[in-house]
Amino acid sequence: MPEAHVVSNAVVALLVLFAALVLRRAGRSRLWREAGASVVRRRPVSLAVVLLFVAVALLDAVSWTGGGGDAGEGDVVSVHQPRSVVDRAFPADWNEASYSAPLARVEFYGGAPLRHPGRHLLGTDIIGRDVLHLTLKGARVALLVGGLTTLIVIPLALLFGVSAGYRGGRWDDVVFFLISTLAAMPGLLLLIALIAVLGRGPVQVCVALGVTGWVGLCRLVRGETLKLRELDYVRAARALGVSEPRILFRHVIPNLMHLVVITAVLLFSGLVLSEAVLSWLGIGIDGSWGQMIDQARDELSRDPPITWNLLSASAALFALILAVNRVGDAVRDALDPRTAAELA
Amino acid sequence: MSERVLTVEGLATAFPGPAGPVRVVDDVSFHVDRGEVLALVGESGCGKSMTAFSLLRLVPRPGRIVAGRIELAGRDVLALPVTEMRAVRGREAAMIFQEPMTSLNPVQTVGVQVVEAIRLHERIGADAARRRTVELFERVGIPDPGARFDAWPHQLSGGMKQRVMIAMALCSRPKLLVADEPTTALDVTIQAQILDLLREIQRETGMSILLITHDLGIVNELADRVAVMYAARFVEEGSRTAILGAARHPYSQGLLRSIPARARRGVRLAEIGGTVPPPEDWGPGCRFAGRCERVLDHCAAERPGALRVGEGHQVCCHAVARDLAAATREAAR
Repeated sequence: MPEAHVVSNAVVALLVLFAALVLRRAGRSRLWREAGASVVRRRPVSLAVVLLFVAVALLDAVSWTGGGGDAGEGDVVSVHQPRSVVDRAFPADWNEASYSAPLARVEFYGGAPLRHPGRHLLGTDIIGRDVLHLTLKGARVALLVGGLTTLIVIPLALLFGVSAGYRGGRWDDVVFFLISTLAAMPGLLLLIALIAVLGRGPVQVCVALGVTGWVGLCRLVRGETLKLRELDYVRAARALGVSEPRILFRHVIPNLMHLVVITAVLLFSGLVLSEAVLSWLGIGIDGSWGQMIDQARDELSRDPPITWNLLSASAALFALILAVNRVGDAVRDALDPRTAAELA
Repeated sequence: MSERVLTVEGLATAFPGPAGPVRVVDDVSFHVDRGEVLALVGESGCGKSMTAFSLLRLVPRPGRIVAGRIELAGRDVLALPVTEMRAVRGREAAMIFQEPMTSLNPVQTVGVQVVEAIRLHERIGADAARRRTVELFERVGIPDPGARFDAWPHQLSGGMKQRVMIAMALCSRPKLLVADEPTTALDVTIQAQILDLLREIQRETGMSILLITHDLGIVNELADRVAVMYAARFVEEGSRTAILGAARHPYSQGLLRSIPARARRGVRLAEIGGTVPPPEDWGPGCRFAGRCERVLDHCAAERPGALRVGEGHQVCCHAVARDLAAATREAAR
């Protein structure tokens, strides 16, 4: 079993490769090229924010051991622990002893002098960790939860939704029963149960969120497929002798994509927020913004209160979700030929 | 003897209803010769479109064909395996639909869709298919065909879309074109253009057309023969001149009387009283009996058989049968 950081590096490499391939492929099609140009033109700031978060997350996922571990002679741990690019952007002895306000020169309680006075842009938390550093690291968790779960949800929802809507009959009954059953269970309870069974690792939490999250999209996709199945161009395709799988892949699924894109975006934001809720319940993923917010619960009741911790995590969460929603909105408009014509 | 492109015998298509299956097409027989235009006339819901869908085995679920025989270009359609049926669709018989607005996939350019149709039945390169598409666009009268290739469906007018549909239907030179109310959704000037185009292409290629319509004006423009359908059954069939000039069935006569004409200006338009009975009220006899002005005692109880009243002219009507019998007695005397 290779070490965790090696796996993580490999995944990042694969993701970058995959993204490059997808971009290359999409660049050849006029529809996607125009859609891309339209999104860049309409939402430059939001797109930049999203890309910034993605870049930080990717940089935080690439890590290796050794090098730069000048935390002092006796610090064996830091030499052997893999540190990511983001970690390495900060000095190794960056941690303070306890809380300090943003840009403060002394500790918040007690007033002892800091090791790096005036250099913690967003202050430090209860055990002296730099809040800016934690916030940056949170991006990776947020994108993992949002991205991986969305990748689980979309194929599941498409598979069940399209097949149920298109085939109808007994299979439709089965799928619909499944959907109704899942939808009838309280989502949070099901999540907690699944996490209890699967474990609390980041991937496990994503799977649990995926299992509870595909129902809405599936229902939408099924309904839309039912409608599309009877549309004239699907009939016309059948009358021309087009085979059923080809009808599905060329005439039904492409016409569902606008739904999938917009739902995926909403889902993404929703999932990042759900993770915050899970963290608040104490079953979230370590290092997430949700956990930072969770910790802030106690800090707000101190006197004087500690606010920078909460504010940083919330601002990051807010910025990411707002940017993703705005980009998604533009993507949907750009992918729909009817609105795309108006925008061009 | 001209070549038969399509022969239909005793076709019945049924949908499940609350009280057992309902035959929306009931014991329908007809044929279409090579190069002939047969118009199928009747009001909404009489089973015209279902007859057309049945020909290509495209009856939407849960409906299905329950009886009959369909022979298309010498092949028994109802006995073909699914894959061969797919080869028949588009190649032997193509179909165009009523609503050009929704007949094209909105997320593909129109050219790509025609290319797909061409390459479905022919092994041909992408460039060759593209050239063929532009030729077809030119043939169906689309201006600037090269540029239209990359147009999206929403950028075209209804008439243009119907032309694209016709191009798509023509691409593998089918022997039979099933046109399901091809001009209903278009405005009158465009209607005339599309009809002209259909007639031109039909003459040029010798293709047969099964034209489904409720517009007798279109029948007059295009049809060689006419079949009148009422409540899932054929009631009268004959040449265009026979039906439009000397229809015998009271229903056909009623339809013809209800066309506005300049000569009857200011006169209240004739109508057929009542409405089409719903399938659960279909009795064993003639289904028009309840609205017929010449109804006889046994009309509702006994189904009228097909009666030859002229060259290729058939009528299913008890009243006409009695007229004929009376005429023969008169002649014998």
